[in-house]
Amino acid sequence: MKNSLFKYCLRLGDNSLILGHRLAEYCSNGPYLEEDISITNTSLDLIGQAEAILKYAAKVEGEGRTEDDLAYKRPEIEFYNVQLTEQPNGNFARITARQFFMDAFNFYLYSALKESTDNTISAIAAKSLKEVTYHLRRSSEWVIRLGDGTNESKIKMQEAINDFWRYTSEMFEMDEVDEELIAKGIAVDLKPIQDLWNKKVDEILAMATLIRPEDAYMATGSRKGYHTEYLGYILAEMQYLPRAYPTAKW
Amino acid sequence: MIPTNKKYNHIWKLFEEIPDPEIPVLSILDLGIVREIASEDDTIVITITPTYSGCPAMNLFEDDIIAKLKENNIENVRVKMTYDPPWTTDWINDKARKRLEDYGIAPPIKGSQDKGELFKEGVKNVRCPQCKSKNTKVISQFGSTACKALYKCEDCLEPFDYFKCI
Repeated sequence: MKNSLFKYCLRLGDNSLILGHRLAEYCSNGPYLEEDISITNTSLDLIGQAEAILKYAAKVEGEGRTEDDLAYKRPEIEFYNVQLTEQPNGNFARITARQFFMDAFNFYLYSALKESTDNTISAIAAKSLKEVTYHLRRSSEWVIRLGDGTNESKIKMQEAINDFWRYTSEMFEMDEVDEELIAKGIAVDLKPIQDLWNKKVDEILAMATLIRPEDAYMATGSRKGYHTEYLGYILAEMQYLPRAYPTAKW
Repeated sequence: MIPTNKKYNHIWKLFEEIPDPEIPVLSILDLGIVREIASEDDTIVITITPTYSGCPAMNLFEDDIIAKLKENNIENVRVKMTYDPPWTTDWINDKARKRLEDYGIAPPIKGSQDKGELFKEGVKNVRCPQCKSKNTKVISQFGSTACKALYKCEDCLEPFDYFKCI
């Protein structure tokens, strides 16, 4: 039970941490000032959510580690974020597609986790949901604006949706960790969340006059700590300082 | 909505003197960030909650609280963080709302739900803190800090921050 809860918290926290890190990389590269600020604000929300849940993960583990140890001193194979979150930024349409897929997932996930029997998880979910609601609205609006925009923006938005599609089914994978925690009412069944996610994606893509890609090869592995090549580079940058100077303090 | 506990009235009062670093006209008491004051043995335990998960001021608040109490000869202090219940703009009191507007930030409209709908033009009837016109529109859902949205007044043409509702 302890191990499952620890792992479950890492999944939630790592999704937010890695996506937050990716968005932070885009700081000063936004299409215009207001949007640049939105991207970094979203990044800040996500990293804050990661801090809260990783702090709880460290407490559940009970080995004296802190949230910073978990963020900065874990190797790649012990990260459980879905591969979508680690995909490189590229152009603004790609950031938008990746964000929209994750925001929609987080929105329904946190809506359900609000009712978790674990008080810490339900509190963090209720808090995060308020923020994710804004995130989802913003990314949905951008998918529509770019999809139903100029010829060029439409092509770029459709390409981004197509490119990231293979990473979308991983969010809904469940294993023995989920089974154990669902039975106790701590975690939630991802099947109904997948249905809600599909409905939202169909709705927004239709408004954006974009085509929903067909499922073909779908990426998998993050539940076991397998990642695309990109995560290693993120960790190399993120973890360099705390590893090189372990006693460094703010 | 500020929880009160008469026993610690003297401490609650001190929090009026700790300003928010980004919005100095508001104290941490006005914002409703301090949730509880209690004691454990001879230690005063202050419970605070973040406005936004990633609010970068939380560590500063902790330091400020400890320093403020120390100034007043209260040495044994611990600050702890809670996420439950989640912070809401409805906890900002009326006097603070007035001060916000005078400072140039449109205060959050109580109990409003500016969320979840596509292309809704943000909250309607946000009053321009400069000319008081309600003919305003949202420019961006994210302003200079996570807790604010950027608006523009269509009458006096000045941009302004709106403290958005969560």
